[in-house]
Amino acid sequence: MLVLKVSGLNVFYGNIHALHDISFEVNEGEIVTLIGANGAGKTSTLHTVSGIIQPKSGQISFMGKPITGVAANKIVEMGLCQVPEGRRIFANMSVMENLEMGAYTRKDKGNLKGDYEVVFTRFPRLKERIRQLAGTLSGGEQQMLAMGRALMSKPKLLLLDEPSMGLAPLFVKEIFSIIQDINKAGTTVLLVEQNANMALSIANRAYVLETGHIALSGDAKKLAASEEVRKAYLGG
Amino acid sequence: MVNGISLGSVYALIALGYTMVYGIVKLINFAHGDVLMIGAVAGFFTMSAMGDATPVTLFGAFLVSMLVCAVFGILIEKICYKPLRNAPKINALITAIGVSILLENGAVVLPFIGPQPKAFPTMTDKSHTFLGLTISNVQIIEFAVSIILMIVLTVIINYTKMGKAMRAVSHDTKAALLMGINVNRVISFTFALGAALAAAAGILFSSAYPQVEPYMGIMPGLKAFVAAVLGGIGSVPGAVLGGFVIGIAETLTKGFISSTLADAIVFGILIVILVVKPSGILGKNIREKV
Repeated sequence: MLVLKVSGLNVFYGNIHALHDISFEVNEGEIVTLIGANGAGKTSTLHTVSGIIQPKSGQISFMGKPITGVAANKIVEMGLCQVPEGRRIFANMSVMENLEMGAYTRKDKGNLKGDYEVVFTRFPRLKERIRQLAGTLSGGEQQMLAMGRALMSKPKLLLLDEPSMGLAPLFVKEIFSIIQDINKAGTTVLLVEQNANMALSIANRAYVLETGHIALSGDAKKLAASEEVRKAYLGG
Repeated sequence: MVNGISLGSVYALIALGYTMVYGIVKLINFAHGDVLMIGAVAGFFTMSAMGDATPVTLFGAFLVSMLVCAVFGILIEKICYKPLRNAPKINALITAIGVSILLENGAVVLPFIGPQPKAFPTMTDKSHTFLGLTISNVQIIEFAVSIILMIVLTVIINYTKMGKAMRAVSHDTKAALLMGINVNRVISFTFALGAALAAAAGILFSSAYPQVEPYMGIMPGLKAFVAAVLGGIGSVPGAVLGGFVIGIAETLTKGFISSTLADAIVFGILIVILVVKPSGILGKNIREKV
């Protein structure tokens, strides 16, 4: 089943044409990655999907329903949640309060308790630091908190924007294996990454963005092996 | 000193409105003092309608005027500031000054308010003496009401879902949006809360200086703004601290130096703060995000 379908997306910042006719799809249960250099339009794409940027033209539909022009908070309520670039946790609030904010749109209060437990089993470090101010966590822990926070909204589709940014290699490995676990537990994932090697290694399919266009797309393993991609994005 | 503390608690209430609104939408709401005036007017009519000034009518006046002002706060934001949310900050600031002038002159023109000062009904003044300090019942009410409202506000901000959402929006609006927080609703709630506190301050202020007139909000509004800046704008405890410091400084100047100098001293504090520590006593240093 098609979870996300984006077609003919055009986005402008003032006069600057940032995204040109972007089209892509995410099927249920997949990990799809958008890779590309800095400034290729990866974050703009995610922000448009999340409803923070309004496109000039093009359609986005989520679970078969059009979400172009729908308010950002309604999109989260429908089950599409984003872990933003740079984590953007609420540094002045405790770990628990951050998770509560993630659950802001939840109407099924009765199930919340169990869901906090699910997040704590996935991220035991967060449980140890439950009353600590989020700003005092390490970078890796903040990334875990940002992911836990997004998971509290019970998303059908999780958007991850540069989860490896600024993390030590050990943490990067851990975060990527957690992404795979989350996916196995039934959440579809759209992953944006500059670390193309890592992203391609866990993804089913990939789209390569180049200055606002989709330059290449296809099976992640095949793209990782292709000469063109290796030269441009994988350093040889 | 006692006078200073009770006056300071009123300034603190007003300053809280400035600081909360600034924390959420980064706007100095210069119309805030005039919301105080509306609160005082609403309180005046409620008390007049209910008869003599008794604790019951005073309580009624608080309820009505806080509700009226909460609605006013929401309307002011929706009509005047929301359309400018993505415009340069200076536009919203100028609009705020415009709203302020509109409210003042609107009150002058309206036949049932008008330019003449009206006597605010007060309870018979009783003074109590203990430990050598003389405290009037109005001062006790001022202090008690302010403290109760501050406690209620603290509970709202720290323990309710809406209060936590306010802190989230104030820290990072975009991240709050991405978590599904209805930012418009949080902003409305913040304006309502700030306006309700200003309304309470309006009644307390006009109980102490028992009259109501259209321009009564300007001076307390400006002084509370100084208090908010002194404490660190955007910081809730800072606003309370700033309010007390300004109230005490003002009354001490009036008592021991000269009553004509009091306002000069208060605004002198603003200048000193802006030169020495622009972020205020409890303010955060603004840190550029990477």
